Amino acid sequence: MADQHSQHSHSGFEMPEPLVAPDQTYASITDKISGDVIGKKTPRGMLITLGVTSMFILVFVASVYWLLANGIGVWGENIPVGWAFDITNFVWWIGIGHAGTLISAILLLLHQHWRNAINRFAEAMTLFAVACAGLFPLLHLGRPWLGYWLVPYPNTMWVWPNFRSPLIWDVFAVTTYLTVSFMFWFVGLIPDFASMRDIAKKKWQKVSYGILAMGWRGSSRHWHRYETAYLLLAGLATPLVVSVHSVVSFDFSVGILPGWHATIFPPYFVAGAIYSGFAMVLTLMIPARKMYKLEAFITNRHLDYMAKVMLATGLIVLYGYMSELFFAYYSGNGYESFMMMNRITGPYGWAYACLLFCNGFTPQLLWFKKIRQNILVLFIISVIVNVGMWLERFVIVVTSLHRDFLPSSWGMFYPTKWDWGLYIGTLGIFVWLIYMFVRVMPMISIFEIKHLLPWRGRRIDTSADAE
Amino acid sequence: MMAEFDAPEKILAAAERAAAKGYREMDAFTPFPMEELTDALKVKHTKLSLFVLCCGVTGGLLGFFMQYWMNGIDYPLNIGGKPLYSWPAFIPITFEMTILFSAIGAVVGMIFRNGLPRPVHPVFNIDSFERATRDHFFLCIEATDPLFQEEEVQAFLESMEPIAVTPVKHVPMREPDSYEDFKDL
Repeated sequence: MADQHSQHSHSGFEMPEPLVAPDQTYASITDKISGDVIGKKTPRGMLITLGVTSMFILVFVASVYWLLANGIGVWGENIPVGWAFDITNFVWWIGIGHAGTLISAILLLLHQHWRNAINRFAEAMTLFAVACAGLFPLLHLGRPWLGYWLVPYPNTMWVWPNFRSPLIWDVFAVTTYLTVSFMFWFVGLIPDFASMRDIAKKKWQKVSYGILAMGWRGSSRHWHRYETAYLLLAGLATPLVVSVHSVVSFDFSVGILPGWHATIFPPYFVAGAIYSGFAMVLTLMIPARKMYKLEAFITNRHLDYMAKVMLATGLIVLYGYMSELFFAYYSGNGYESFMMMNRITGPYGWAYACLLFCNGFTPQLLWFKKIRQNILVLFIISVIVNVGMWLERFVIVVTSLHRDFLPSSWGMFYPTKWDWGLYIGTLGIFVWLIYMFVRVMPMISIFEIKHLLPWRGRRIDTSADAE
Repeated sequence: MMAEFDAPEKILAAAERAAAKGYREMDAFTPFPMEELTDALKVKHTKLSLFVLCCGVTGGLLGFFMQYWMNGIDYPLNIGGKPLYSWPAFIPITFEMTILFSAIGAVVGMIFRNGLPRPVHPVFNIDSFERATRDHFFLCIEATDPLFQEEEVQAFLESMEPIAVTPVKHVPMREPDSYEDFKDL
């Protein structure tokens, strides 16, 4: 009995792994993170990735060229499925971006210090994901070169946009999100650019980082204002990130189509966004951590936390699916229940089944610590979740549209190679940008990691001479 | 007069003692933010938050009335028979504009109030200052301080176990004059 008790208390009060490996010092942190950028040859894995993604970018260029030359008829979408891959991909990319803001802003406000190791990377991911997202609605305009018509500017046609449309809300939400994400990322980088400037040996590196650092010198007065601004930005980005995916969900829920017209959409979309975003952070970070040997900063404890966030948001998403089912039944509306039956047993039933496997079943594995600690399995799960979230958007967009109220106007959607080309192309752009970012900028926030090193226990007492 | 330290607790102790001795015109340069040091140096609390609030209110009002004026007055649009002043539909953009203006205000306010960009500054004349962004901590007591006496300050700083104490040439540590007008923002 006593034995059992002592054993229990022993394992119950296990010390968590420290957030920064204990042998790190201020100097070693700077030297490692910035040295990876300026002192090191490009790792082979990275060269291969850049080469492969460059080919994807060529596919993107070809797809856009063909689209602009021929119009959106080259895509498979047509009435009744007037929105297909473009909106699916738009929502998917925007969602991926959300994890970056969650990590950098919400976790900062909640004093989750483990975020300091991953926020920079996640913010970059946000920025590039939102940039990819923006391409889809823009290209779907048909005449993208007139895209500026979306902006309210005084024009010779004497008209203004219709502000009661969720589509124009999207324009404002996404551009604001892109701007704020960029500023958040850049402000976080300023002190690190200064570190890079001071450690660089080559003249052109010193000058380039020097320009970006804008003469940052680490003055206490500056730090004080800097911290205030950073905190304010976090406070602003938090409601922003929630609003962006809510607005995206309004694109659907403001319409009266069964399968879209649901009040659960905003929270369910936001949770799904964070879920897919964390999956993407893991997908990208696990290889990058290995390539650059960053285990001292991105510990298994970080991966464990990210897996737990994925599990929690995955459960919220699952709740969303259940509530859709419940409402289809409980509303007693024939169209609603038909939509649900069609989603499960109709021609796109395979997508719904895969979706439930990817997003309903797979994340449940994360309940087990063994699986959360197994890097390879975690990586595979994160990829499956990414696929699942893409399927979710596909199911919502396409199965709701393809059989609506009038059976005479039912139809099917089949993607063409240009649909796939554009999607794969943006994947290439995204990964290419991420790896270029890792190559030229510090992928971990240097000063925020230093902030984690314990020194406060060693304070020198000066209270005696104050008197 | 600039003293260089190799540990955060040393510069904090030095700053606290210097403040206790009555020096006020001081600044510290550290590789990461140290809230304790900001307190020890008696840095005035920034009014940046107030500025950001003003920006946000401006953005929100501008956003709301822009929509009302454009869709209700200048080019009245009848959408589904809704009233011209259908304010609930204007909320999302009003919200986004509030955030956009506040965020720009926070970033621009922080950068300009810090006197950046400023690529040339006397403190960069110190050879080892490159380590201020790496692992060393610098405390500067300025010649503009009313109590400043070169020998006395040097002796005081040397008593605090620094690595080095160096005079900084031409150091008006104040912000350039053009920023004086916003001094306590």
